[in-house]
Amino acid sequence: MRIDNPSAADSLQFGHAATDTTQAAVASGHGEKFDFGHLLDHMKNSMDLEFPGGHLELPHIAPVTLGGVTFDFSISKHVFFLLFSALLLLAMAGYAARKNRQHRVPRGVGNLFEIFIVFLRDEVALPNMGPGGIKYLPYLLTTFFFILIMNLVGLVPFGATATSNVSVTAGLAIIAFCMIQISAIHAQGFKHYLAHLTGGVHPVLWPIMVPIEILGLFTKPFALCIRLFANMTGGHIVILSLIGLIFIFRSPYIAPVPVIFALGISMLELFVAFLQAYVFTMLTSLFMGLGMQVEHQEDHGDHAEHAH
Amino acid sequence: MFDINPGLMVWTIVTFILLAFVLGKYAWKPLLKSLHDREDAIRDALDQSEKARAEAAELLRQNEKNMARADEEYQKALREGKALAEKLKEEIVTKARQQAQQELQHAKEEIQRDIEAAKQQLRNEVADLAIKAAEKILDENLDPAKQKKLVDSVLNQLPKN
Repeated sequence: MRIDNPSAADSLQFGHAATDTTQAAVASGHGEKFDFGHLLDHMKNSMDLEFPGGHLELPHIAPVTLGGVTFDFSISKHVFFLLFSALLLLAMAGYAARKNRQHRVPRGVGNLFEIFIVFLRDEVALPNMGPGGIKYLPYLLTTFFFILIMNLVGLVPFGATATSNVSVTAGLAIIAFCMIQISAIHAQGFKHYLAHLTGGVHPVLWPIMVPIEILGLFTKPFALCIRLFANMTGGHIVILSLIGLIFIFRSPYIAPVPVIFALGISMLELFVAFLQAYVFTMLTSLFMGLGMQVEHQEDHGDHAEHAH
Repeated sequence: MFDINPGLMVWTIVTFILLAFVLGKYAWKPLLKSLHDREDAIRDALDQSEKARAEAAELLRQNEKNMARADEEYQKALREGKALAEKLKEEIVTKARQQAQQELQHAKEEIQRDIEAAKQQLRNEVADLAIKAAEKILDENLDPAKQKKLVDSVLNQLPKN
């Protein structure tokens, strides 16, 4: 395997950033110290869309400042792949729905979708939320498939993983946070929901308890956000590090080892793409289920008058 | 890498919400519906096949019962027929025997009667013949003297009153 062949790097889905680094390293005559940071640029959000045979400058949109926060709505690489994944999912799911209506026994894409749907319904939504949680199943399905598609698109050459951007996972976590609160309020009523924030302790302790409970509400989605972001970023960093070894050793003979390792990690990433989509969905439904059921199980002394 | 980009966050949220609504209407609803329909159809089909199986078993049981009953009836009819035939045969034979006996009796009586009649006739005829023979003998042998003597002897034999 030749290290200075750009197509070899391309075929390992590292895009132009890696290739450019390769060429830069080769061009500099092995004298310059290898900068791993350049390799990591590949993972950062940028305004450059790479595709086979070139790259495209994505459109900038002037930032909007609202209430002291500057919103940059430019179609960056991650926004592009976010939308691309959404459209891809829309097309596939629509196709699956159409196919399943036509055939009595689902096949192909329709069958594939149905396997995940049945799994999410019977193994995720029902055990965590009970029969009352079935109405939130479309939300869970959207979460699962959207994250899955974004993760998988990141594994395709020239693709970028939108879920390895912490802003994207934060957006998803904010929606999860909203859904957890909505489902809890819907299931318990607003009064019980607020009462639960007191943790069921004596009013004297409320100044301590209420901030802790409110903080607890935010830690769950925060963990979701960081978990997804870190997992999707981590795999890429490992692969880039392995490839970086080639440049650090400056020897083509070392290349097969990182390449084989990178292949293994790629397979692991394929698994992680599914796993993290599942974990995010499963934990969201678990948190929703906790909020929906907690009032029926606990018997807080201070709101015993609300006994069911 | 760790800097939060509020614009991208808004993009994510907006995209997700739009995606959730569109998918909910055009993908998840029909997919879940077809799934649900199929599950119902399968459950119904299983229930129905279970019911049909039970019905078939019931029918089979009834059939077997009917068959057993029919067999029993057949055996009974056969037995009764045999008994009846036996009785009839017995009756016919008895009757025939009686009739034969009767006819034999009749025949015997007839024969007896005929014999009697024949005997009578024979006797009469013998008597006639004897008389005729006697007449003939008498005609040839009796002369007036003898006739006189004979008449006298007969007259003498007659009671004297």
